[in-house]
Amino acid sequence: MTLDASRLAGRYAIVGVGEAGLGKAQPGDTALSLQCRSARAALLEAGLTLADVDGVFAHWDDRANALLVSEYLGITPRYVDSTVVGGGSPLTHLIHAMAAIDAGLCSVALVTYGSTQRLDHSRQRGGVVTDPRSPSGQFVAPYGVLSPISWYAMLAQQYLHRYQASPEDLGEVAINARRWAQLNPQATLRQPLTMEEYLASPLISDPLRKADICLVNDGAGALILTKAEYARTLARPPVFIRGFADTYRGHVTPINTFDWLDDGVTSACVERALCMSGIARSELSMVQIYDAFTINVLVGLESMGVCEPGQAGALLRSGIAAPGGALPVNTSGGGLAFNHSGQFGMQLMIESVRQLRGECGARQVANASSCLVQTGGLVMSAFMYMVLANEAGD
Amino acid sequence: MSTPLSARPLPQPTAETAAYWAAAREQRLVIQRCAGCGTCQFYPRAFCISCLCERLDWINASGHGRIYTWTVCRIAPSPAFESRLPYVVALIDLDEGVRVVANILDADLTRVAIGARVNVCFEPVSETCTLPQFTLLD
Repeated sequence: MTLDASRLAGRYAIVGVGEAGLGKAQPGDTALSLQCRSARAALLEAGLTLADVDGVFAHWDDRANALLVSEYLGITPRYVDSTVVGGGSPLTHLIHAMAAIDAGLCSVALVTYGSTQRLDHSRQRGGVVTDPRSPSGQFVAPYGVLSPISWYAMLAQQYLHRYQASPEDLGEVAINARRWAQLNPQATLRQPLTMEEYLASPLISDPLRKADICLVNDGAGALILTKAEYARTLARPPVFIRGFADTYRGHVTPINTFDWLDDGVTSACVERALCMSGIARSELSMVQIYDAFTINVLVGLESMGVCEPGQAGALLRSGIAAPGGALPVNTSGGGLAFNHSGQFGMQLMIESVRQLRGECGARQVANASSCLVQTGGLVMSAFMYMVLANEAGD
Repeated sequence: MSTPLSARPLPQPTAETAAYWAAAREQRLVIQRCAGCGTCQFYPRAFCISCLCERLDWINASGHGRIYTWTVCRIAPSPAFESRLPYVVALIDLDEGVRVVANILDADLTRVAIGARVNVCFEPVSETCTLPQFTLLD
């Protein structure tokens, strides 16, 4: 049985966004404090109060993070969700929030995420496998796999092999990220990157180099979601969720996916999300892709059908994705050059909202009206696509 | 349950996987094959995820396979692996149709390639644990 989600198209909107502690948090900061400060900023922006929030969607280290956040904020929501599906969890939370509001289970949803992974030195090269009885603990960790780096390195290896692509194709992604970051005053890496510098970057897990790997930063973000009709009465122009599609496939290995490059699932998600949105691929103002690694952007662009398989490097080389190009990609500088606080899905959404409200200063995309966002989660374990627009559509 | 960074992470067998690890100690690579529908699966589970049958046979794998994809780790996930650097991590498609993670031991990096044929070998890593590993076939 398949139920059609398209009745949700354009009926929900993000009405406030906030962030805190981007980059390097101050000693004494905690993820909880940053999360709640970002929630405060998002509520103030929307012109809402804590009393208006009756749904809380939150995740970080604490398993009951939505309860922890609710307690800190002194609220008693009717609906909570601490789903963890990796760095794209905030998009999953937005989808769950739409479903909850649609079912009458809450009316104003706070989605928040925060991390002090840099301050705490908590990021481990082997990933977060701690139970030696778990599938990963038994069949992956004993082999010294860098997680997630080696998984995406092996994806890149498969990509280079199948399409006879070059390291320079990966380099184009890193260079594009730096071009945008130069226009973002909050970005971590604002100096330009040349192809020579990219190729001189040390190999970490072949074929991925240091320059192919996202930053490790601190930071928190928050989004406020509510019904479109209520959104129109609030302080800021609403950004409408016009379409979405998501798929969940694995835990911390891609073992359930036979063909890592083309299992047909992600491209089908794009078709579903675009069809639901009523916005054609050719009408998109920009694209935001979770660039935990450069390879993710090549594979992500190809899943979106904006170029043929194996041609994403050439597409980037044409300049189309750069500032001033016809299809801007990762306008904040991305996780590679702007900020990566562990769940970059949050920052992708905040950037998309601000672009569609026209608030992005030097990096503002001209006449921005729509945006396609893609995030992965964990190691090719989950994929979420979302189409945002500054009009609700028909 | 966390492992000290200085110690190599070792598997802790469960009821579902004990036969796999016991066989590895005897230098045998075994996988589950469903007695009902004949599907092979990895990792080991309590029932067949193709047909839900609980009758699973352990079969000796040929030990032959091909590299699906691979990488060279230039940094280590924990100090336990630093003395091995650089080392190859690969996904191996066994001829029986299942995919496993392993290292390619004693690898000539110029010969490691997607599609390359490999053969199982066994690496004792503690008094009680032996890991199935692979080498390139000539």
